[in-house]
Amino acid sequence: MKFSGKIWVLTTPEGRLVDDIDTDMIFHNRYLAETDIGKMGQYALDNLEGWEDFANRTRPGDILIAGKNFGAGSSRQQAVDCFRSLKISLLIAESFGAIYKRNAINSAFPILEAPGIGGAGFQTGDVVDVDSETGAIRSERNVLFQGLSFSKVQVDILSADGLFQYAREMEK
Amino acid sequence: MGHTVIEKIFMNHSSDEVKPGHVIWLDIDTRSARDFGGPNVVKRLESVYGEDVQLADPSRTFFTFDCVVPANNIPYANNQQLCRVFARNKGIKVYDVDSGIGSHVAVEKGLCWPGSIYVGTDSHLNILGAVGCFGQGMGDADIAFAFKTGRTWFEVPETIKVEFMGEAYQYPVTAKDLTLWTLRHLGSRGALGCAIEFTGDMIDSLSMHERITLSSMVTEMGGIIGFIQPSEEILAHFRKVTGNENVSMPLADHDAEYKRVEQIDISDLKPQIACPPKPDNVMDVKEAVGGQGDAVFIGSCTNGRVEDFHAAARIFSRYPVHEGVMVKAVPATKGVFGQLLADGTISTLYNAGVIISNPGCGGCASGQIGMTGKGEVQISTSNRNFRGKQGDGDTYLASPVVAAVCAVTGRITDPVAFLEEEERR
Repeated sequence: MKFSGKIWVLTTPEGRLVDDIDTDMIFHNRYLAETDIGKMGQYALDNLEGWEDFANRTRPGDILIAGKNFGAGSSRQQAVDCFRSLKISLLIAESFGAIYKRNAINSAFPILEAPGIGGAGFQTGDVVDVDSETGAIRSERNVLFQGLSFSKVQVDILSADGLFQYAREMEK
Repeated sequence: MGHTVIEKIFMNHSSDEVKPGHVIWLDIDTRSARDFGGPNVVKRLESVYGEDVQLADPSRTFFTFDCVVPANNIPYANNQQLCRVFARNKGIKVYDVDSGIGSHVAVEKGLCWPGSIYVGTDSHLNILGAVGCFGQGMGDADIAFAFKTGRTWFEVPETIKVEFMGEAYQYPVTAKDLTLWTLRHLGSRGALGCAIEFTGDMIDSLSMHERITLSSMVTEMGGIIGFIQPSEEILAHFRKVTGNENVSMPLADHDAEYKRVEQIDISDLKPQIACPPKPDNVMDVKEAVGGQGDAVFIGSCTNGRVEDFHAAARIFSRYPVHEGVMVKAVPATKGVFGQLLADGTISTLYNAGVIISNPGCGGCASGQIGMTGKGEVQISTSNRNFRGKQGDGDTYLASPVVAAVCAVTGRITDPVAFLEEEERR
């Protein structure tokens, strides 16, 4: 798959990529009773210092870049669904929390691991092209970084458009 | 080449080739959903398969309500009721709002057992590694799928062997100090994406509640699960509650391949404390002393067992809660609560000035009790101190002994120094 979009690089005010962004920073537990995906986007990242108004600033198709262990913490699917709700097209991180990674894959939400991307020089506002088959990430300013390609199970579930559809195809 | 514990458990539950890095399909013994995640599971099942959805095995499917129990707001009340009605229609047993923390109910009632696989919507379900069960928290899509099919996919993780070196700790040092010490050693990503096997002579001497505390914070180490080889006592418990005399636990082969072996020296272990805002921000309590404590929380899946409250009661039986400090006690389960009532611990806590709540998760899930306000400092026996996790205040993570000593002094206090000084008086 090919992705193209404007990026948001989740950095501290000093410009360092934020590691260990946990699910309470992504989708705080005070909103957990929300089960309507259409209403989840407004809360995305509103408990992450400096990113409280992210939901108002992002546009459909945007791409996120985060640090290590993104999505650490709880099993809440809302921490993935809030980005689906905002129509974020791709989430790139140095690494993901294990449960978060599963939740994203099962929901057919594209995520890509790119260990070391923090030092590559991508900046918020850049437009990047990403090829999930090769893992290549390239910006219009010609910053190039090699991430990891999608795993097989990820491609299978993505192309089926979700775990349930994938299971139906397996049963055929 | 031999196999690790997780590989052995997977081999018993899969027909696929079990090898680290491979994605395999697993047959699940037990699946559950809570009042958090549960309603999303129900809605997802009904939207994908319709209201007459047939589940793979209702008798091995459960709801365990433990987040906001009993509900104190209308959305949670609605969510719980939605799950109850679904459960009634499908013949699923509900451990309702009176039961306590689902993972602990699973251990007490034998919903899991050594060598089994249990998945649910609780990211601390890997706590079940404490009894040799592969427990795993997952999101609601995964759990809906598990309800429907009885199966799940999983990427076989590599295993890290953690060997504890040195003599077992003594009171006032506890399993929580061992756990925080391990987290201090490994860090928040020390086991990212890996299974752990905890080994070493002192591990064999740990009782159930101590094992639960240690395995409960593997999530905070980034790990998939932390296994401890069950003792004969633990095997006997599960043989009794499951009625299955053959419950046993697969052992790692001698030539099993590990990603790495970590040796952690515990011979000079001191009381530990994790300072806000990260669980791995751990130091000796004596390095953190002095700060005022406004509140104390004793409970959670990490430290909500009978023995945890006994450890706290050793302090509260001699000293009252410091004036102005709000101390909250939440037993893990109804069973724990019952034992504490019967043996007089509840009276000890009450007489010292502790607030006592019905069982559940408490503040960790924005639950009934344990939340803090901006600027409020809470010493908590739970497992996460992320910003906003247990309210807007600052959370320190520590053992029930440390928490109790802080409760009676009103400050962050090293229990070793406190007890020595009290003895001199």
